[in-house]
Amino acid sequence: MSLAWVLTLGAFLFSVGVYGVLARKNAVLVLMSIELMLNSVNINLIAFNAWFKDSAAVGQIFALFIITVAAAEVGVGLAIVLLVFRHRKTINIDEVDLLKW
Amino acid sequence: MVATLFAQEAVAATHVANVVTRNAWIIPAIPAILVVLIWALGKRLPRGGSELGIIGMGVAAVLSYIVLANYIGGNGPLVVKQLQWFPFGIGQKLGLGIRMDGLTAIMLPVVTTVSLMVQIYSTGYMHGEKRYTWYFTALNLFTASMLLLVVSNTLLQLLVGWELVGICSYLLIGFWWEDKANSNAAIKAFITTKTGDIPFLIGIFVLFASTHTFDIGQIIAKAEAHQISTLTLSAAAILLFGGAVGKSAQFPLHVWLPDAMAGPTPVSALIHAATMVTAGVFLVARLFPVFTGSIAAMNVVAIIGAVTMLMAALLAMVQDDIKRVLAYSTISQLAYMMAALGVGAGNAGIFHLFTHAWFKALLFLGAGSVIHAVHTNNMSEMGGLRKVMPTTYWTFVVGTLALSGIFPFAGFWSKDEILTEAFRVGHGTAAAHGTPAVGYVVYGVGVVTAFLTAFYMSRAVHLTFEGEYRGSAHPHESPRSMTFPLQFLGVLSVVAGFVGIPAWRDGFASWVGVGGEVKVSSANFVLIGISLVVAVAGLYAGRRLYMPAPATEPLERLGWFHTLLVNKYYLDDFYMKGIVRPIRDSISTAMYWLNQNVFDAAVNGAAGVARAAGRGVYENIDQKVIDGAVNAVGIGTQDGSRILRYIQSGDVQRYAAVLFAGVAVLVLLFTLVFR
Repeated sequence: MSLAWVLTLGAFLFSVGVYGVLARKNAVLVLMSIELMLNSVNINLIAFNAWFKDSAAVGQIFALFIITVAAAEVGVGLAIVLLVFRHRKTINIDEVDLLKW
Repeated sequence: MVATLFAQEAVAATHVANVVTRNAWIIPAIPAILVVLIWALGKRLPRGGSELGIIGMGVAAVLSYIVLANYIGGNGPLVVKQLQWFPFGIGQKLGLGIRMDGLTAIMLPVVTTVSLMVQIYSTGYMHGEKRYTWYFTALNLFTASMLLLVVSNTLLQLLVGWELVGICSYLLIGFWWEDKANSNAAIKAFITTKTGDIPFLIGIFVLFASTHTFDIGQIIAKAEAHQISTLTLSAAAILLFGGAVGKSAQFPLHVWLPDAMAGPTPVSALIHAATMVTAGVFLVARLFPVFTGSIAAMNVVAIIGAVTMLMAALLAMVQDDIKRVLAYSTISQLAYMMAALGVGAGNAGIFHLFTHAWFKALLFLGAGSVIHAVHTNNMSEMGGLRKVMPTTYWTFVVGTLALSGIFPFAGFWSKDEILTEAFRVGHGTAAAHGTPAVGYVVYGVGVVTAFLTAFYMSRAVHLTFEGEYRGSAHPHESPRSMTFPLQFLGVLSVVAGFVGIPAWRDGFASWVGVGGEVKVSSANFVLIGISLVVAVAGLYAGRRLYMPAPATEPLERLGWFHTLLVNKYYLDDFYMKGIVRPIRDSISTAMYWLNQNVFDAAVNGAAGVARAAGRGVYENIDQKVIDGAVNAVGIGTQDGSRILRYIQSGDVQRYAAVLFAGVAVLVLLFTLVFR
C-alpha cells in the first residue's frame, strides 16, 4: 500500500471535515466535523511515521497528543453547546450570532 | 597577687580607653543614628521616641567619659584619623575625620551629659506635647551636630557642624511656631548668628589661601612655626572671631540670645547655655595658636569679652523674665571665657566652659521647673516657692552659689582662675602672651562683673523663692523625671571645680593643654579673697534689696541708667531702625522700582511679542494644519469603520470560510508562485 493512498484518504477526510464545519447548521455536527479534520491529520502523521520507519516514533507520539487535545477540545465545545442550548433553546449556529457589531 | 590583678585591670582599662578614643567617631554617630530611628519609629513607640534618645545618649555619655579617662592627668594621645570626603582643586583632598585631644575630650562629656540630662528632664517638661517625637529628633540632631563640630579635624567639617547646630537652634527656638513671636525669635537668632558666620567663612578662606589646607592640625603647626605672616594671622583670627561672636552671643551680636528664650526651657539649657553657645569659645580655643600669633587679635577678643561681660551682667539685673536673667548671665559668662582666651589663659577659659555648662544647665532646668509649676516666666508673679518646691529651690541655690563663685562650688575655681590669670597678665608675671593693660582691664571688669553676677542671681533667687506667692497658679514640685537631672547637675556643680584646683599639679589645665606650656599656678590668696568678698557682697546686696519683695523695683532709683538698661541700650532698636529697616526699605524700594520699570517692561514686552506670535501660530498652524490633520484622521477612521464593521457578522461559519479561503490562497501561492 503506497503512501499516496493513505494521504489521499487523509485529504478526503479533511475535506469532509471542512465541508461539515462550513455547511452544517447543527453545532454538534460542526464539532464532529472538527474531530474529522483532526483525525485526518492523525492519519497523515501515522502514515509518514510508517513511511520513514522512524524509530523514535515521533509521528505516533504526535498523534497521541492530538487525540488528547481533541478530547479536551470536544469536552469544552460540548459544554459551550450545552450552555448555549439552555439559554437560547437552540443549537443552530446561524441563530447564535451575538458577537457582532 | 592582688596588686598584680589590679595592675592588669589598669592595663586593660587603658586599652579600652585607647580603643574608644581611636574610634571616637562613634560618639557623634550614635545621636545621628538616633535622629533617623526616632524620626522613623518614634511615634510608634510607647514613649514617643524619648526612650531611644535617653538610652542612646546614655551610651554616648559613657563612651565620652571613657575617652576623657585617657586624658586625665595630662599626656593624653593626639589621635587624628580621617577618610577622604571629596577631592577638590588640584591635588587637594578634604577629609572627614576626627581630631581627638584634650580639648575635644573635655567637650564630649559636657555635650553628651547635658544632652542626656535635658532629654530625661524633657520627658517630664514636654509631656503631652503634640510634636513630642519631633522635639526629641531635633534634640538628637543638635547633639550629633555639636559632637561633629567638636571632633572635627578640618575647618570645613567644623563649619558643617557649626551651621547644623545653628539650624537646630533655629528649629528649637521656633518649636512653638504657632506664636508669631517665637518664629520671629528663631529667625532673629538665625540671621544674627549668620551675620557672624560670613566673616567666619572668609576667615577660613584666608587661612586656606595662606596654608593651602583646611586641616586644623596643619594650620596650627604652621601658625606655631611662624610660617604664616602676622598680618594674615591677624586678619584670619579677627574674621574667625566674627563667627565666634555670633555663635557665642558676644557684643555686638548678642541680641539673639535673650530672644532665643522663646524656645522650650530644656532647649535653652542645652543649646543656649551649656553647649551650642560655647562653640564660639571652642573655636577660639581650637585655633588658639592662630589667635596667639597676633597680639591685635588677642586684644580684640579680650576687649570684646570685657565689654560683653559687664554689659550683659548689667542687663541681667533689670530683667523680670527669669529665663532672660539667665540668658544675659550666659552671655556674661561666655564673655569671661572669651576674655580669658583673649589674655592667653586658654586653659582657664575652657575650665570655665566646663564648670559653667553644669551650673548653667542646672539653673535653666531649675527655671524650667519653676515655669512648669507657675505657668509664667515673670518673677513678679512668683515668690514663696521655697516651701512647695524644695528640690528645685535647693538645686537652684547650689547653681546660684556656683555661678556667683562662692567657695567651694564649681564656678569659684574656674572664675577665680580666669581673674588670677588676667591679673598676672596685667602684672607681667604670666607666661601667657598678652598686653598688660588689657590684662588689668579684664581683671577689673571681671571683678565688677562678679559682683553684679552675685547680685542679679541673688535677686532672682529672692524674687522667685522667698516671700509670699504673688501669682495665681497652684505651684507644686515637679515630677521625678525633672528633679533627678537637677540633683545630678547639682552634685556636678559642687564637685566639678575640684578637677582644676591650683594645688593639683596634673589638674584640668594639663588635660586640656590649650595655651602652650602648663605652669603650676600657685593660688594667690589676696585675689581669691577679693573675689570672695565681692561675690558675698553681691549676694548680700541682693538679699537686702529684694527680701522682702519690694513693691517697686529698687533699681528704678538709678533713673536714666535704669531706663537705658530696660531698653537694652537701645541696641535692638538701633539694629531694627538703623540697620534692618533702612537697608530693607531702601533695597525693597529700589527693587520695586527696578521691578516695575525694568523687569516688568522687559517681561511685558516679551509677553506681547510672545502673545502676537502665539496668536498667529494658533490661528494658522494649530487650527488649520494640526487640527485639520487630526480631524481628518478621526473622520476617516469613523467613516471607514462604519463600513468595515459589517464584516463582523457574528456568523462563525463565515469566519471559518474566510479562514479556509485564506489557507487555500496561501497553498496556491506557495505551490504555484513561490516554488
